[in-house]
Amino acid sequence: MSVTAMTAAQVARKVIDNKPLFILDVRNGDAFADWKIEGGNIQYLNIPYFDLLDGVEEVIDQLPNDRDILVVCAKEGSSIMVADMLAEEGVETAYLSGGMKAWSEHLEPVKVSNLKDGGELYQFVRVGKGCLSYMAISNGEAAIIDATRMTDVFLNFAQEKGATIKHVFDTHLHADHISGGRHIAEATGAVYYLPPADANGVTFDYTALESGFEAGIGSSKVEALYTPGHTIGSTSFIVDDQYLMTGDILFIDSIGRPDLAGLAEDWVGDLRESLYERYQALANELTVLPAHFMIMDELNEDGSVAKKLGDLFKENHGLNIADEQEFRDMVTKNLPPQPNAYEDIRKTNMGQITPEDEMQREMEIGPNRCAVR
Amino acid sequence: MNADKVLDAKGLACPMPIVKTRKEMKAMESGQVLEIQATDKGASADLTAWAKSGGHDLLEEQIDGDVLKFWIKKG
Repeated sequence: MSVTAMTAAQVARKVIDNKPLFILDVRNGDAFADWKIEGGNIQYLNIPYFDLLDGVEEVIDQLPNDRDILVVCAKEGSSIMVADMLAEEGVETAYLSGGMKAWSEHLEPVKVSNLKDGGELYQFVRVGKGCLSYMAISNGEAAIIDATRMTDVFLNFAQEKGATIKHVFDTHLHADHISGGRHIAEATGAVYYLPPADANGVTFDYTALESGFEAGIGSSKVEALYTPGHTIGSTSFIVDDQYLMTGDILFIDSIGRPDLAGLAEDWVGDLRESLYERYQALANELTVLPAHFMIMDELNEDGSVAKKLGDLFKENHGLNIADEQEFRDMVTKNLPPQPNAYEDIRKTNMGQITPEDEMQREMEIGPNRCAVR
Repeated sequence: MNADKVLDAKGLACPMPIVKTRKEMKAMESGQVLEIQATDKGASADLTAWAKSGGHDLLEEQIDGDVLKFWIKKG
């Protein structure tokens, strides 16, 4: 019986297509409880690999025979060992190539829409971590919003599309993942923009992003709209008067949290104003494209994460809290745990520290936790 | 901290630090202490969980440059 490798891309496809999968996760219980591969048609069994060193017989009875079985661990070593042990007992399994690290880093490009004159808008779904990045392409020019650390994905994608990257934006100084924005700008000669209110303490050159700023790419345009609240600088983007990139202010099923720079009490008022006044003033027909998703239910059938602003005003709980004090309490009390290593991630995004690649990978492990519901 | 035995698991990737620790511990007496030196960062969480599930006592954990050191008392 042979053991095969399954790539993070193949797993992402199964998750998006809602295909059946059985995951035998052999990480320790804490790691599994904190963060795992999620999907609507996935069954799980968590047994740490170190409990299986004497043999896998006890596991075999618990494995289904009507769906693929994937053994998962942090990096891949122990999942290969367990998959090999299962194969020796005649059970066919695959292991996740590169483990949860690879899962954390995989980006799935999903086309959101065509833009005018043959342009295209893509969303890069980081399925394992819930981060969303964007690339708008028009007439051989591209703009990128909220790029992740895996910069090659964006550089290669633009190259495949024959587009030159002109503008690289970050909606805010991220606390949950390391931005690839300035590295993409360095590699391509593009301009890197950051909201100046979030840029106190950055050690590199950037172009200050002011509300009302407008950048052209081919036949399309990207406009900036100041919407503070998750951070003091948080800025949204509107592409071609149709698509609203909300950063971490507004999600499909939740809203941004104001506490990741330690200023929840100060910023909660800004958050309310951005959500209840600035966004209210925009057209209901805008398609909201956030910088994160929190749960797999937020994915549309095609794998994209997008919904009309008008629908969110009706359905999103965080947009429907009439009482200001109730809103205040929700976003400042009982907040979920902060993202892994968020302080070091902020310092990295400010250029104050430059951890080696392996360390950056470790810092980003785990779920993103930018939202409150 | 004193140890009855030292296991050098430096440079080994998961699952080997645990596999080797487990083997060493089997050959030790209850109450004896094994010092483990590893460079795999995942060893910290895994050794903690492994020691707990096996009824052993993780006495101390130190970081010495790139090397993680653990002292586990056999239960």
